Amino acid sequence: MATTTDQTAPDSAAPIGRPAGAPDASAGRAAPVSHDISMGVEGEEAHGDVSVDELALSVELSGADGAVATPDVAEYAMWLGDDALILAQQLGWWISRAPELEEDVALGNIGLDVLGHARSFLRYAGTADGRTEDDLAYWRDEPAFRSAWLFEAPNGHFGDTIARQLIASAFQLELYRRLADSSDPALAAIATKSVKEVAYHLDHAAQWMLRLGGGTDESHARIQQSLVDVWPLVDELFRDEPVIDRLEGVAVRPSTLREPVLARIQEILDAAGLETPNVEPSMAGGRRGSHSTRLGYLLAEMQVLARSHPGATW
Amino acid sequence: MTAPLAPASAQGDARATAEQAAIDEAGQARFDALIEADGRIEPRDWMPAAYRKTLVRQISQHAHSEIIGMQPEANWITRAPSLKRKAILMAKVQDEAGHGLYLYSAAQTLGIGREEMTDQLIAGRARYSSIFNYPTPTWADMGAIGWLVDGAAIANQVPLCRASYGPYGRAMVRICKEESFHQRQGFEILLELSQGTEAQHRMAQDAVDRWYWPSLMMFGPPDDESPNSAQSMAWNIKRFSNDELRQRFVGMLVPQAEVLGLTLPDPNLRWNDETRSYDMSDIDWTEFHEVLAGRGPCNAQRLQHRRQAHDDGAWVREAAHAYAAKQAAATTEQVAA
Repeated sequence: MATTTDQTAPDSAAPIGRPAGAPDASAGRAAPVSHDISMGVEGEEAHGDVSVDELALSVELSGADGAVATPDVAEYAMWLGDDALILAQQLGWWISRAPELEEDVALGNIGLDVLGHARSFLRYAGTADGRTEDDLAYWRDEPAFRSAWLFEAPNGHFGDTIARQLIASAFQLELYRRLADSSDPALAAIATKSVKEVAYHLDHAAQWMLRLGGGTDESHARIQQSLVDVWPLVDELFRDEPVIDRLEGVAVRPSTLREPVLARIQEILDAAGLETPNVEPSMAGGRRGSHSTRLGYLLAEMQVLARSHPGATW
Repeated sequence: MTAPLAPASAQGDARATAEQAAIDEAGQARFDALIEADGRIEPRDWMPAAYRKTLVRQISQHAHSEIIGMQPEANWITRAPSLKRKAILMAKVQDEAGHGLYLYSAAQTLGIGREEMTDQLIAGRARYSSIFNYPTPTWADMGAIGWLVDGAAIANQVPLCRASYGPYGRAMVRICKEESFHQRQGFEILLELSQGTEAQHRMAQDAVDRWYWPSLMMFGPPDDESPNSAQSMAWNIKRFSNDELRQRFVGMLVPQAEVLGLTLPDPNLRWNDETRSYDMSDIDWTEFHEVLAGRGPCNAQRLQHRRQAHDDGAWVREAAHAYAAKQAAATTEQVAA
């Protein structure tokens, strides 16, 4: 039961955050000086070996280092990056507001995953003209964004968020699966990493469709309405734009995704006892910079602090 | 826990009482020996009712603090000034939900349900750390919370890894590991701000000015005014006194503040060679008691936010329960057929 705490463990020994070259504040002081942030972990103590294992963290962003995107590839990377960024921004709102603590964690995780995808795509997009991921996220105005309207659809209630997520994840899963074979190595690398995560996101959404569709009368009615509300935005995902013609073998042609994505969604809705909505599609034009009303508010919130301090780093 | 006895007669009653007394006596002896040997009490072990009650109170309060503590930081997720900071902040607030979950689970081993604890929280009958009743008006608050609030939490919590109640101690080990990352990221936010533009530096100093005293109050009242401390120390739940921990924390902050290039807002803070500790100004406990009494800046807002999330999610939880019940019934039918 009594374990000896290893005082050389990283947590009890590592100084925190002193920048390279910063003066050692401990020099010549009488006070017990330590930048050690662990408190009370001492050798003689019986329980509680609080050491932080050293981890080799995986590379934060995926995609080929040093590769420079052409303007067309950058445009396409922005489609996918903006879809993911806007979705992450929306999912982040749920943390502390979900129906269960487990869902705070789950929606937070999904948000983090898609934020990672967004950063990878945007970083690559920025190589075309020397902009960073933050330049693209924080300093573009609404018409320069390329997100589809589905991703901009409001969080609404939990069912609205799950309906949006189901469609988003089914779309991204099929898209990334094919993009993994892109002739562009950077896009292929990002897609290869992202596809595994998106498979979990789709499963999460599908599990909730089953529960909301097959739970109570109220939940069934609500989730069915959520589907009807968001369904007009599905069509835009499969619309080809001129840039796609110039990216043969590099990009995935959106129209080729329609059948497999809708089939997968249909399968999940059938299992959940829900009907595929029969509604007219919206003329949504996010890929051309024409956005839903919601995006302006979303960007205002996302960008406010960064724009209040031009030139600052964080 | 002991099984309830249901005797049929007065004679049976007397016998049952005698049996229970024997069980309690043997249990108490074993419990005392375990505490004496600095051993661990596990959920199935006999334990004094007051020990159980103290732990339920402490662990559930701790869990509530994690959950309410998500709000001040979640406040900046959508406005984080870079995508990297946004990712770190999302991960951090998500960790706090995870801490709440481990702690609720630890409390559940003592015989209280999560729903009961949640109800106590949203009805305003449970306590949580009053530090979370302060608002977070600027981004620098993300740094100050990490450095000062999480720092104070770590100072309080590392000794709890050795708490005599096994599930609590083990939950705390994991929590402390994650908290130490949180503190580092808070320090890093402040360092970046302090070394940034003038406006950023001012923002960092302002946040430290606002969070310093409340973070020192997190260690609780002075030792001579802390009613529950002595018994908790005797039970090996608490290992160091409030004042000891507070002093240790300040000793840690002073050199770190120098590295940050920020000032701790106490003109009387200086090292005393004689006492081998820091002299500091008296803490203004009036404010602490005001916040504790429900008159802090955000007490009502914090509870309202939690209650609304809970209420808004009711239909979702009901759906999940109904679905599970239908699945179970279908399985039973299949087995029967």
